[in-house]
Amino acid sequence: MNLPLNSVPIEETHLEPLRHLLTALADDHLILGHRHSEWTGLGPILEEDIAFSSIAQDQMGHALGFYTLLHEYFGTPDPDIHAFTRNEAAFSCCQLVEWPIGEYDFSLVRHLFFDLAAGLRMETLSHSSFKPLAQLATKIRGEVKYHMFHAKTMVGQLGNSSETVRSRLQTTINRQFGLALGMFESRPDEQILDDANIAPIEAKWRERWLEALHTILESAGLHLPDPDRTEPVYGGRKGYHTEFLQPLLTEMTEVFRLDPQAEW
Amino acid sequence: MSVEIRSLDPRVNRLGLHIHEPGAADTLPPHDHWGTYQVFHQKKRGDRHGAVGIVHAPSPELAMVYAKEQFGRRGETANLWVVDTRHVLALDYGDQDMFATTPEKSYRDPGGYKVNDKIDEYREKMSHELTP
Repeated sequence: MNLPLNSVPIEETHLEPLRHLLTALADDHLILGHRHSEWTGLGPILEEDIAFSSIAQDQMGHALGFYTLLHEYFGTPDPDIHAFTRNEAAFSCCQLVEWPIGEYDFSLVRHLFFDLAAGLRMETLSHSSFKPLAQLATKIRGEVKYHMFHAKTMVGQLGNSSETVRSRLQTTINRQFGLALGMFESRPDEQILDDANIAPIEAKWRERWLEALHTILESAGLHLPDPDRTEPVYGGRKGYHTEFLQPLLTEMTEVFRLDPQAEW
Repeated sequence: MSVEIRSLDPRVNRLGLHIHEPGAADTLPPHDHWGTYQVFHQKKRGDRHGAVGIVHAPSPELAMVYAKEQFGRRGETANLWVVDTRHVLALDYGDQDMFATTPEKSYRDPGGYKVNDKIDEYREKMSHELTP
């Protein structure tokens, strides 16, 4: 992103809340992008392998966009340094993105859950009163539209194929649902951004996500688990993570740590 | 001396099905032997769609997803078509001789007429008239 440095003034009271939102978005995309990339070479068929790997690369690109905004407007270090040198507790990704890829159904359902949320987020953020974020969200929106085309088509294909496949998919959806609700963990300062038309509070995004997910699952012969009877898995936004995050970070930063000053 | 027309669908040939039987490849069990789809890529709106390759897919929708990924990932893309390979018929290369134009048939080409000089002369004249 070639945004002129500090070209848009930010009100003092919006700085911290915006930094929290952008860090959550950036960390979510970075960690899930890394997880998705673990399918490269292992996908169920060649075409699907390439599709999933490409989606993983897109996610990394989105993370870079958010880290670049953080760097240019909020004084965080350069994107590589920020992504590769923080320890686990400094990450504010939700726990959903940390879980190992599991079998294909787990990764596919997570891809659907996450990109549906990402699409709704980018749609609203493209109208954000913080213009640099609106520009970035507009750019990302098209890519996420394709991610959803992929996820919806694949889930529809499997959901409508055979009872064995359908019930396996439903079980995965049920088991993962609490983790998915964790994407919408509220941040203490989120109301400030909502009042300033910068970004809605998480509960609003959650509401729209549930509505859209219901429609998608129904058309695939699947059903939405009851959100009122599911305990959301919170903690990620506050730096509490699963046992899976630190090993992922260690692996992801292995080459970077050999020489953090290297030019790439 | 009959001209042979073959399906481009690898399954039809692999299993020795006959394309003249309606829905020959439809008798396959679902999700067994995924079909292929021919992908046509359009660079700019208004351009022709050109055949660029093949994807394996269990449905037209998924074929479009994969086509986007395999053939729309790099460079400019305005649109894509996917066509079930079963619907594409091709000639046998053994019949390529139908297209062999022998040198003595050059009278069939416009270049064979003795009017080229006149055409060039006319074009020259027109271009002068049109130039202010």
